[in-house]
Amino acid sequence: MTVENHRDEQFTVRLEDALATTGSVRLIGPGLAVLTFTRRSLLKIRHVPEQLLDAVLYPVLFVLMFTYVFGGAISGTPEEYLQFALPGILTQTVLFLTIYTAMTINTDIEKGVFDRYRTQPVWRPAHLVGALLADSLRYGIATALTLVVGFLLGYRAPGGVLGIVAAIAVLFMFCFALSWMWLVIGLKVRTPSAVQGVSVLILFPLTFISSVFAPPETMPTWLQGFVNANPVSQLVDTLRDLMNGVANLQNLLIVVGVSVLITAIFAPIALRIYNRIS
Amino acid sequence: MTSSQRDGHPLAVETQNLTQHFGTQTAVDDVNLSITAGGVHAVLGPNGAGKTTVMRILATLLRPSSGYAKVLGYDVLTHPGKVRERIALTGQFASLDEDLTGLENLAMLARLRGYRGRTAKSRAESLLEAFGLLDAAARQVRKYSGGMRRRLDIAASLLVRPDLLFLDEPTTGLDPRSRNDVWDAVRTLVSAGTTVLLTTQYLDEADQLADRVTVLDAGRIVAEGTPGELKSIVGSGILHIRFASADQAGAAVTLLDARFAEPTELSTDGVTVSMRLNDITKAAELIAELQRQGVHLTEFSLGQPSLNEVFLALTTPRSKTQEKPDDR
Repeated sequence: MTVENHRDEQFTVRLEDALATTGSVRLIGPGLAVLTFTRRSLLKIRHVPEQLLDAVLYPVLFVLMFTYVFGGAISGTPEEYLQFALPGILTQTVLFLTIYTAMTINTDIEKGVFDRYRTQPVWRPAHLVGALLADSLRYGIATALTLVVGFLLGYRAPGGVLGIVAAIAVLFMFCFALSWMWLVIGLKVRTPSAVQGVSVLILFPLTFISSVFAPPETMPTWLQGFVNANPVSQLVDTLRDLMNGVANLQNLLIVVGVSVLITAIFAPIALRIYNRIS
Repeated sequence: MTSSQRDGHPLAVETQNLTQHFGTQTAVDDVNLSITAGGVHAVLGPNGAGKTTVMRILATLLRPSSGYAKVLGYDVLTHPGKVRERIALTGQFASLDEDLTGLENLAMLARLRGYRGRTAKSRAESLLEAFGLLDAAARQVRKYSGGMRRRLDIAASLLVRPDLLFLDEPTTGLDPRSRNDVWDAVRTLVSAGTTVLLTTQYLDEADQLADRVTVLDAGRIVAEGTPGELKSIVGSGILHIRFASADQAGAAVTLLDARFAEPTELSTDGVTVSMRLNDITKAAELIAELQRQGVHLTEFSLGQPSLNEVFLALTTPRSKTQEKPDDR
């Protein structure tokens, strides 16, 4: 009985104090809400740094592997192939990291934290957009490492710093757009590994059946049709041009157009599903 | 926007014909609630009764299939943002990021509630202190015990004191000490002016905390009233008498049925007889009568009516034979 009716007076007093100092709700704008969620994702990375492993290992592995395993066969010498393939390896590496946002959100849904966030009086997309922004850290790490390893092996960018920066900007824009597609999947399927399964299934043909690793002219004509229609080809060609210091406005416009289109289609669908998840 | 009223009191929650289907299942069936602001309102019911679903609709997490719900004067479908500004929800399962520390979780939610920079952190710290979690502030939530998680989870709802707090089975699975902390928190909140709507499976909890109780069963409201009113449905107490053999128990049932108005129930083990009593002092009389007639009992106990008993009384017509073993 003593436990039953015992009231912890100290606890009550402390709680009363804490409640008394409550301010009124000051609503925050979408920008601050997004940054708060971005910060949360970054903190998660700080506590579980293992989740950056593939952003660190894949760039090193891919640059070395493609240059030295396929390089001689495809271009005669590894050095020559690297000059062609590096923008492609960069694209492929970073594109595969886009699935993380959807996996993070999918994990949140399974946990009660999802309900907690959805009952906050903030701009609702902030949770998704914040996670997306935080993942640019992954993109950034993978990009930096790909370039560093590439340079060490002899890659040179005639486009200079400006060309590289422009190429990265185009790549990230496309990645953010693609993430919305995975988010739609991530909000629909049951487990993070299912998110990964489905999106990798799409990413493999999208990156390999393109001009990422080989010039389309060397492929059979029936395949060239797909390769040329694949927006990843235009993306890689744009990156190559920018890093080579050439500008192909048409390709660039296609990439921008496709990115805007993907976002315009999938972001509203993702938000609608987000709002209606039960 | 005028808020709804009942008997001159503003309503914290008002629903009309609220219904929720999941596929072919009806989780919430035509529920009409009107809960006045202030105090504690408990929604009592077994697993699967629809308690959580009702709460999720009210907390703007779920769109009802039909019917309508107003929370603090705002329609949950047309003004969910206004509702979210004034409510907080602590769900059945820890609604915190397990990777982050307790402090990081609370500071983040404080930022979402409008605290900036340092003040967000100090707000988080003062709540951690109030809930006795300051020592664990820098620890990842995944390393918290069940009781600590629940306290942190409630603290996470109080960064700004909500006008209406939803607590979904706040004490399920907690040890008595942690449960008492939760009860203390609820009482303190109510005296600070928050209306608390909680779901529970325990009549005892509703009894300790709630001013009014709504009993849900299979998605429908089966009773509503104060805890006292609910308990009076099943009498003030229940007497369990255990006998040495089934023959003795059978003789006792025959005897008690002949001599007393209260219905007897023979439990499935065949040797325990239960009676709901409107007046618990009658227990002595019953036992004395059994002894006088030479029926030997091995033990007896007098208990509060359990939720199960309230349920049987509310959901099935009283019948003397319904609990007999051969009926199952």
